[in-house]
Amino acid sequence: MSHLLDRLNFLKKTKSRFSHGHGAVVNEDRKWEDAYRQRWQQDKIVRSTHGVNCTGSCSWKIYVKNGLITWETQQTDYPRTRPDLPNHEPRGCPRGASYSWYVYSAQRVKYPMIRGQLARLWREARKSKDPVSAWAYISQTPELAKSYKSRRGLGGFVRSTWDEASEIVAAANNFTIKKFGPDRICGFSPIPAMSMISYAAGARYLSLIGGACLSFYDWYCDLPPASPQVWGEQTDVPESADWYNSTYLMVWGSNVPMTRTPDAHFYTEVRYKGTKTVAVSSDYGEMAKFGDIWLAPKQGTDAALAMAMGHVILKEFHLDNPSDYFTSYCRQYTDMPMLVMLKKENDHFVPEYFLRASHLADHFGENENPEWKTVVIDENTNDLVLPKGSVGFRWDKSGKWNLTEQDSKNRDIKARLSLMGQHDATVKVGFDLFAGESGIEKFIRQVPAKLITLADGTQQYVATVFDLSIANYGIDRGFGDGAKSYNDDLPYTPKWQEKFTGVKPELVIQVAREFAQNADQTHGKSMVIVGAALNHWYHMDMTYRGIINMLMMCGCVGKSGGGWSHYVGQEKLRPQTGWQPLAFGLDWSRPPRHMNGTSFFYNHTSQWRHEKLDASEIIASDTGNVFEKMALIDFNAQAERLGWLPSAPQLSVNPLEIVKQAEANNQEPVPYVVQQLKNGTIDMACNDPDNPANFPRNMFVWRSNILGSSGKGHEYFLKYLLGTQNAVISNEEECIKPKEVKVRPAAEGKLDLLTVLDFRMSTTCLYADVILPTATWYEKDDLNTSDMHPFIHPLSEAVQPAWQSKSDWEIYKLLAKKFSEIGKDYLGVQKDVVLTPLMHDTPQELGQAFDVKDWKKGECDPIPGKTMPAMAVVERDYGAIYQKYTSIGPLLEKMGNGSKGIHWDTKDEVEGLRHFNGTVIDGVAKGQPKLNTAIDAAEMILGLAPETNGHVAVKAWDSLGKHTSIDHTHLARSMEHETIHFRDIQAQPRKIITSPIWSGIESDKVSYNAGYTNVHEYIPWRTITGRQQFYQDHQWMRAFGEGFCIYKPAVDLKTTKKILGKQQNGNPEIVLNFITPHQKWGIHSTYTDNLRMLTLSRGGPNVWISEVDARKAGIVDNDWIEVFNLNGTLTARAVVSQRVPEGMTLMYHAQEKIINVPGAEISGKRGGIHNSVTRTVLKPTHMIGGYAQLAYGFNYYGTVGSNRDEFVVVRKMKKVDWMEETETIHQPQTVKA
Amino acid sequence: MKIRAQIGMVLNLDKCIGCHTCSVTCKNVWTSRDGVEYAWFNNVETKPGIGFPKEWENQDKYNGGWVLNHGKLQPKQGSRLKILSNIFANPNLPLIDQYYEPFTFDYERLQNAPDVKTPPTARPISVITGKKMDKIKWGPNWEDDLGGEFSKRAKDILFEGIQKEIHATFENTFMMYLPRLCEHCLNPACVASCPSGSIYKREEDGIVLVDQDKCRGWRMCVSGCPYKKIYYNWVSGKAEKCIFCYPRIEGGQPTVCSETCVGRIRYLGVLLYDADRIEQAASAEDPQDLYQSQLDIFLNPYDPDVIKEALKQGVPQNWLDAAKNSPVYKMAMEWKIAFPLHPEYRTLPMVWYVPPLSPIQSSIDNGLIGKNGIIPDLKDLRIPLRYLANLLTAGKEEPILKALETMISLRRYMRSRSVDKQTDLSTLKNTHLSAEQMDEMYQIMAIANYEDRFVIPSSHKEMAEDAFMEKGSCGFSFGNGCSEGVSKASIFTRKTSPVIFHDQEHDRELNRNK
Repeated sequence: MSHLLDRLNFLKKTKSRFSHGHGAVVNEDRKWEDAYRQRWQQDKIVRSTHGVNCTGSCSWKIYVKNGLITWETQQTDYPRTRPDLPNHEPRGCPRGASYSWYVYSAQRVKYPMIRGQLARLWREARKSKDPVSAWAYISQTPELAKSYKSRRGLGGFVRSTWDEASEIVAAANNFTIKKFGPDRICGFSPIPAMSMISYAAGARYLSLIGGACLSFYDWYCDLPPASPQVWGEQTDVPESADWYNSTYLMVWGSNVPMTRTPDAHFYTEVRYKGTKTVAVSSDYGEMAKFGDIWLAPKQGTDAALAMAMGHVILKEFHLDNPSDYFTSYCRQYTDMPMLVMLKKENDHFVPEYFLRASHLADHFGENENPEWKTVVIDENTNDLVLPKGSVGFRWDKSGKWNLTEQDSKNRDIKARLSLMGQHDATVKVGFDLFAGESGIEKFIRQVPAKLITLADGTQQYVATVFDLSIANYGIDRGFGDGAKSYNDDLPYTPKWQEKFTGVKPELVIQVAREFAQNADQTHGKSMVIVGAALNHWYHMDMTYRGIINMLMMCGCVGKSGGGWSHYVGQEKLRPQTGWQPLAFGLDWSRPPRHMNGTSFFYNHTSQWRHEKLDASEIIASDTGNVFEKMALIDFNAQAERLGWLPSAPQLSVNPLEIVKQAEANNQEPVPYVVQQLKNGTIDMACNDPDNPANFPRNMFVWRSNILGSSGKGHEYFLKYLLGTQNAVISNEEECIKPKEVKVRPAAEGKLDLLTVLDFRMSTTCLYADVILPTATWYEKDDLNTSDMHPFIHPLSEAVQPAWQSKSDWEIYKLLAKKFSEIGKDYLGVQKDVVLTPLMHDTPQELGQAFDVKDWKKGECDPIPGKTMPAMAVVERDYGAIYQKYTSIGPLLEKMGNGSKGIHWDTKDEVEGLRHFNGTVIDGVAKGQPKLNTAIDAAEMILGLAPETNGHVAVKAWDSLGKHTSIDHTHLARSMEHETIHFRDIQAQPRKIITSPIWSGIESDKVSYNAGYTNVHEYIPWRTITGRQQFYQDHQWMRAFGEGFCIYKPAVDLKTTKKILGKQQNGNPEIVLNFITPHQKWGIHSTYTDNLRMLTLSRGGPNVWISEVDARKAGIVDNDWIEVFNLNGTLTARAVVSQRVPEGMTLMYHAQEKIINVPGAEISGKRGGIHNSVTRTVLKPTHMIGGYAQLAYGFNYYGTVGSNRDEFVVVRKMKKVDWMEETETIHQPQTVKA
Repeated sequence: MKIRAQIGMVLNLDKCIGCHTCSVTCKNVWTSRDGVEYAWFNNVETKPGIGFPKEWENQDKYNGGWVLNHGKLQPKQGSRLKILSNIFANPNLPLIDQYYEPFTFDYERLQNAPDVKTPPTARPISVITGKKMDKIKWGPNWEDDLGGEFSKRAKDILFEGIQKEIHATFENTFMMYLPRLCEHCLNPACVASCPSGSIYKREEDGIVLVDQDKCRGWRMCVSGCPYKKIYYNWVSGKAEKCIFCYPRIEGGQPTVCSETCVGRIRYLGVLLYDADRIEQAASAEDPQDLYQSQLDIFLNPYDPDVIKEALKQGVPQNWLDAAKNSPVYKMAMEWKIAFPLHPEYRTLPMVWYVPPLSPIQSSIDNGLIGKNGIIPDLKDLRIPLRYLANLLTAGKEEPILKALETMISLRRYMRSRSVDKQTDLSTLKNTHLSAEQMDEMYQIMAIANYEDRFVIPSSHKEMAEDAFMEKGSCGFSFGNGCSEGVSKASIFTRKTSPVIFHDQEHDRELNRNK
């Protein structure tokens, strides 16, 4: 380096001058520069990532200097894309970049800690009692139990040891299993994809002991129910690189720069490729900056906008000037040609069930599953035919489950889309309207119909989904009853939508036209990115289906650069078939216990006791009295007993005891349980949630901060589940009482033990009984994948866990050990009867084909796996939990592996793991592969999954080909001999292998796009028709007005009226719609306590309001405000901004009360979190099960926890009180044993 | 002619997503230590807004940069004599409240709170006073995503000459981001302001540094810099600033902010200029001519005479090669889409910006496709041209208009190729660029591969030092790393009076006793 310097001119040592003496060159020593060079030097760089629910899945360089983790920057070494696509580097965001702050910060959990009151009781009791007796004594003596439960969240932790903490947990689990049943133990951990081994650790422990894993994707409301409804698929989406293949990109309610930060560049860059961009957002969000057009519909009205766009597309591109491309796509890949029976109702007809083979004479020659085979008319012959691919063919072993244009008799057919011109009559059909002048009503449109003869000789009108859709979208077809012009104020014209959305009709027409025209020209390269802003509403299905309908009408789904891009939650656990056996202990026992989180929390946090939404407000007109007086909890209980949804706890009795009883009576356990249920001797636990026998008793939370982040109805959690200080204002006497579920006096403090694993002192930690310190994401080995890119890459241990922390894998291993030591004698070997719902992608999804029958009401027989939950008896060796946890069990070799309805033999892979991981030399796992370390677990996942083992991929495709009669193995052949190991991905992220578990392909020709193999390989969607569904024909779907997509306004949750103006502080109160979007300065609650993020935001919780509302309420920027309703209250500071529309307030979600939150005036307690003013409200249509695509899958279908229909009162605070007083504790007397 | 080579930077604001990853990675590496808590070598501002520190662009207030005094360049804060007379009471210095009062939180409270009446919370604590703060009132990014009333943010001087009231409504909202760092100017006002002569511009790469051995903490550079990108370290008592990550640049690596930029908006490349014309370029009479006068001193790296002379003056061959591939040269000189930040400050800044496109303001004609196709027209864009011109061309709209036209032309040109599957040359009518240049522009702006964004020649230490000896002994010296060690100074000093948030030892002891 030169020692010459340029200096300006008043200095000495001048060597020369330049620029007319303005500058000078001097010669001086520059050795000081080494100071900054030394800062940049480091000892090593390790590849890791952030195990957080953001979907980013970015690979990072972790810098270690002097044995300390110092900072991180993004890796830039991803395998390259093809030349015409931008590359993936440098994926990352400011949140990830700030993670290293945590590692040595004061916010780090460093030691095991115990709630002080519990520690005192435990240490006292342990002087005279064994661990189980000590736990039984403390947890079952009401005064003692209350003394520690009521202190939850209120400080007073004491430091513990691993020995003591793990003993408490193991003793509690043992006791609970014996006294109440293993299904009274549950665990909550979300999003395995972000750190799959850490998830698997807890899930494996729970599954081996018989505990229930709670789902999360649905609870977070990130699961879009519309996806399973339309496609039978949880969520499968294009990778973000595929945005770059689009030539018309709508970004609708997804704040891409803020929440998809590492992917956003594909959105900004594709504009230079000439792609038109449209941002749809009710506020001027960051994504609006990159839109050519910004549409700002009023929040929650997006379905009206989507319906109006659909109206324009159908009219112009399907009726007036049909696009050949759209028509042939819809014919082959959607249910548009399917025939629907029209049921007479008063003076009109309503759409009912899809016509099935079973309705026709001789079941149309089908012996297997005729109730599940749908019917079209063949244009060539005008005959009724059964097209291949409906769900009935999936399970009849005929090999006719494919989307070739053939019928059940292998003849080529051309399905007729419209009966227009071929119709026998036009009939008046009623369509549901929820936004009518008198609220819920119907509008009548004429539809061309055909009269056919059914098996019983009766005559039946049928119409196609296409013709019904045109009518449902309100388009006149010359019958004189629909909208003739876009300016008619009739559903669903561009003019009509304006009164709900505020969007100018011209813009709606322009965007819809451009969108469709582009798709027509490019054969489907129009895409919509959607997100939480749409999915977090009660009627999210309608908005999503409205948008999906546009995509299906324009032939965009399954097309590179086209389709539905939903990004909420890191749902894509790419090697999930390798992971499932690890996580749920399927190598040792099947089935595991799963529970849907939303229903679980609704029940057990007693939010149902505060239900104010009457079912009559959401039921379609003319539905009759089928659901009279049913409360939402009643629907849920019915769904559980019909086997539609899972249960936890399951039965009103201990499932170990009922097996013993059956054996004592010399009966098989399953028929015995069915009999006892039928005669009412025992019941399902869901029918009596406040019976102490039916409480969840022990709960684990790891990789999650449910109480500070996702726990909708936060104050109800505190009151009922935890039994501690809360701010519930709602009076349950004024709420809706269930009709069937038993109501007892409310129980508070149901949970005996809350165990939380975390690296930071989160809200959930603050409320825990036992806190176990975990390794950070830079201190453990794990795996990470996402739907945003096709790579698998690791978390790696840059340094060993700091202080006394351990990785989740090691923590649960320790718990398994402690548990087994106690359980060996205390529990021994037991038999456990396990209930499971009718599962999607199994033959059980063919449950009740038509109107719903309830065995409990005597309407049908209780048949496990058909009309009620399936049941199985599982043996549990409670002394061998540790041995099982640390080895791969024998069932994989005995029963094979698989997922999504396909199975394959996996003996070779298990044998391979014996060599790779080594084998166990004695005990129950003698000769089995070892599973000691997290890396062993990683090898199990990678070895078993088709995505990471080419041999498995070929086997899996071969297996699918047996259903479709098509050879798909060419998709994986080129990678057949590729296997990926943990150390490979530490060297560089690896692209995964094409697998039938997913619907896109990994190729250097196209980016990953969902539905690609459905369209290009003719693999049916996993729905009743095998096609993408415009129509949902289930009885409950129709009853709630969602047979066809419609616009439904937000529901009224009635939480502000009773408190507005009742507890005034002298400042004006205003009522605003409360929206909680994903935020910029955290990923959920993680990072929101991180000093970097707090500095770049406003240093603590804040709430955004419009300038107009701020003026009304006398609020200026940065004022302290209180936000409250009947659910609770929170305090924060106001951010006043022009980018927020009037009437709405944004509180970016997961801002906890642990940072900078003063007391609330309304409650007199610490102000709450964003979820203090929310409450979960269930939707019955999400409970439907055993019905093809509407069948339960863990995190796949089920109730979801929406939260955006909520309103709050906002006002400026009068007095800020930090409330830091100490409490004097009353110590209950303990009894000496 | 005195030929110098400098690594310049371009930030494409049209791609900036406002994520602040650049700020965080920079802070972690360079300013996560005592005395510079409030300092952000790199920060990102939401515009319209008054920025960080408050109203930094208002030179009537801060008197930064240069002015012409009877045709002669002079620091706006005054002549050398005036600077010296103000050493002990500099009227132009921003106060800490104009940055923000740096804070942390009482995190230990969450772990160590005794039994309390209501759940504990970690209150903010001032890093300056060590005391609890009732309210955090400002931060380095307070206006993020348009936070704060329009009336306050509209003090933004970029509204000059614009009827700003119409932009106050929800419907007419506009927003852009402005990431900022030291400009490593060709005519740095900080250098001219330093009474100790401790600031210098490196000959080999143009990086401007504050010599930590020589700095005496007078802070005249803080006021002299019109960008407010020199910070006073109140523990070491010295000025610190963005060092353009020279330890990385020397090895051919991009700066931390550039490499970690997720929006992939940053470009680094060599520019050759004639140092003998600096004064002349900075002295253009009309501020609106300064953009052009700066362009005029850049040298054409393809010109054989320039190459020959440069080699003669000791510029290494690999630097000349890099200059030919420089994305910065292409954007600034060839395509004319990148501009200097506030050229009217006469600093000849070397961090350049591509102005952003924005959504159309009002609904356009209702036809299936507009007059000029599906890509909107420039006249409909939401961000006023004048606003961008006030930022980048001293208010002259024409160059900004041309640049935006060029970007829109690129989109039309590429749409004809990607959708219509043919090259429609009529799309180029509003730009001076050829189809070949459009192809290259597309490659660099859209595909933007790492090696296209960052063209950085490594340094030639072997030409200045005994490299053989250095290689063998580097790192073995005590206190001074890779040098013979003449300096005992360290900028990483410990605070003499650390802020104590909680007595950890005491609390642990309490816990053990419980």
